[in-house]
Amino acid sequence: MRPVYMVSGGVSKFEKARPDATFQKMVKEAFDYTMGDVPRLKPSMIDGSVGSYFSDHFTRQLMAGIMATDYLGLCPKPNKRIEGGGATGGLCFQGAWEAVASGRMDVCVAFGFETMSHVQTWKGNEFIALASDVNFDYPVGGFYSGYYAMMVNRHMHEFGTTVEQLAMVSVKNHMNAYANPYAQKRKKLTIQDVRNSTMVAYPLTLLDICVMSDGAAVCILASEEMARKLTDRPVKITGVGTGTDMMRMADRPHGDVILAPNEKKSDYKNLKYPGVHSFRAGRSAGLQAYRMAGITDPKKEIDFVELHDAYTSSEIQTYEDLALCKYGEGGKFVEEGHPFMPQIDYGLKLKKKGTIPVNPSGGLIACGHPVGATGLMQAVFAFWQIQGTIKKHYGFPDLQLKKANRGLIHSHAGTGTYVTVSIMERGW
Amino acid sequence: MAKIFNKAKKAPRYNPAAKLEEVMTGTTVFNVPFPKDLDALKDMSPIVIKHPYYVEYLHSYGQDSPFFAGLANRKILGTRCPKCDYTYATPRMHCTHCGEETNWVEIPQEGRVHTFTTCYFGSEEFLKETPFHLVLVEFDGVDTLLLARLIGVDGPEDIRIGMKIRAKFRRNSQLKPTDVYFVPVA
Ligand SMILES: [Zn+2]
Repeated sequence: MRPVYMVSGGVSKFEKARPDATFQKMVKEAFDYTMGDVPRLKPSMIDGSVGSYFSDHFTRQLMAGIMATDYLGLCPKPNKRIEGGGATGGLCFQGAWEAVASGRMDVCVAFGFETMSHVQTWKGNEFIALASDVNFDYPVGGFYSGYYAMMVNRHMHEFGTTVEQLAMVSVKNHMNAYANPYAQKRKKLTIQDVRNSTMVAYPLTLLDICVMSDGAAVCILASEEMARKLTDRPVKITGVGTGTDMMRMADRPHGDVILAPNEKKSDYKNLKYPGVHSFRAGRSAGLQAYRMAGITDPKKEIDFVELHDAYTSSEIQTYEDLALCKYGEGGKFVEEGHPFMPQIDYGLKLKKKGTIPVNPSGGLIACGHPVGATGLMQAVFAFWQIQGTIKKHYGFPDLQLKKANRGLIHSHAGTGTYVTVSIMERGW
Repeated sequence: MAKIFNKAKKAPRYNPAAKLEEVMTGTTVFNVPFPKDLDALKDMSPIVIKHPYYVEYLHSYGQDSPFFAGLANRKILGTRCPKCDYTYATPRMHCTHCGEETNWVEIPQEGRVHTFTTCYFGSEEFLKETPFHLVLVEFDGVDTLLLARLIGVDGPEDIRIGMKIRAKFRRNSQLKPTDVYFVPVA
């Protein structure tokens, strides 16, 4: 394998609905932005692409990947579609990484999209729920928010996590998005606002849950030689990891915790793992990526994280999977203020604010979750953060971190069935 | 539709964010306005059409079929691995740990709430059933859980992790996993 760099990225603004554009046009918007940011890259220098979208039902169009590819003018070069539920975008990013790392391509475009506005929210929930076992899960629950609500109720039971701690994640991510023009929801909220909003699946309210979106995102990955030619600020991808788990959460086993390098077996004497309170796939993906990137204490060695916060609860669960804190301490981790941005006023008293900012972009909760685009969107926002170009791309400097040399992106599917983690670092 | 779970607030009930419910009905259009000047077409509003899509599947439960036959006969069937003795409450015909073919076994009809939720919203198919309660049921001597509906409680405040529940069966089997559901043990 050889080193792989990200050289450019772009996102179409995520919106509730984009009736003015087909999915091809949305991908083209993100692609043109991406190409515009690396003027030295000519279309002839692109060797191929990987495309991602989650559900054929949303597009009612099979082989949509090739339709985006031909709209972008990337035929007759190689392309394939990558799909893995909510982790589709993260898997696509890693698919492009594989194409370059293997030497098959020197420049590879990763594009992803979803057009979820074509059906009503309840129908969209049904399409998403078809990504649960249709013999045993879908006919009983048929609702992912319900599945996650069950997981967090167990988390609260095991560890004492509170609904106010969940709400703090929502306050943080909506407030972060306030200065992100690509985000769908930019709101200043209080913990009370979150708790008083409509209950969807107890204890998760409307503001604990990400929304459906239309949107597209594009990343361009390149070999070291091409990266040096194309940009003065290439971002190196130093670690990739992918984890899996059983589709049915009822099947999750009870065993020993897979230990991170900064943990001991005695930390988890009585914890049955992963149960339905933790994501073994997330831990597995994280540890693979840390090993590859040479990270032994992620909380100290990573500057920021863009993680898959489809639910406020899954953000808290993911802090633990990624070993940003110990299992069980996710609620306390947010309450103390660690994942907040140091420079932003959230209207909350936070003792240890900003030790490791999580979802500086606003995450899925505020940016929206056009599934196939989401994992790539995280890569784009992390890329700009590391490049120090947030002001250039957002129009405001508010969300630029002072220290952003190394970031982690995390994409997550099912109730934790596919999870990807990729580490990105300053490469110049 | 989603229902408000929270208790009534004391403040005046003004809601500037109030919205009419979204529906999929609309007016059938026969004439479409069109400009003389083709350059004006780029500013045209998008045309959005309604497109119904209906499929009937012949879905086979495959090797899981005996589970549904069991429900129709008021039995909850799981599977057990003959090699490692791991017992699955939600059946699978091959053991995920060692790959052996499993055997059908009967699961107890009394268990405990491992975790739960109350859904006030849902996918379209189940929207009319909201609010409904979901539980993951744990059973003595069984290693994995079973997803089921709980009835006989009003809201999440009536459900506790660890509370005893017992299975009930529909008299007229629908051959669906909801043929079995749970109620609190008195
Ligand atoms: Zn076995």
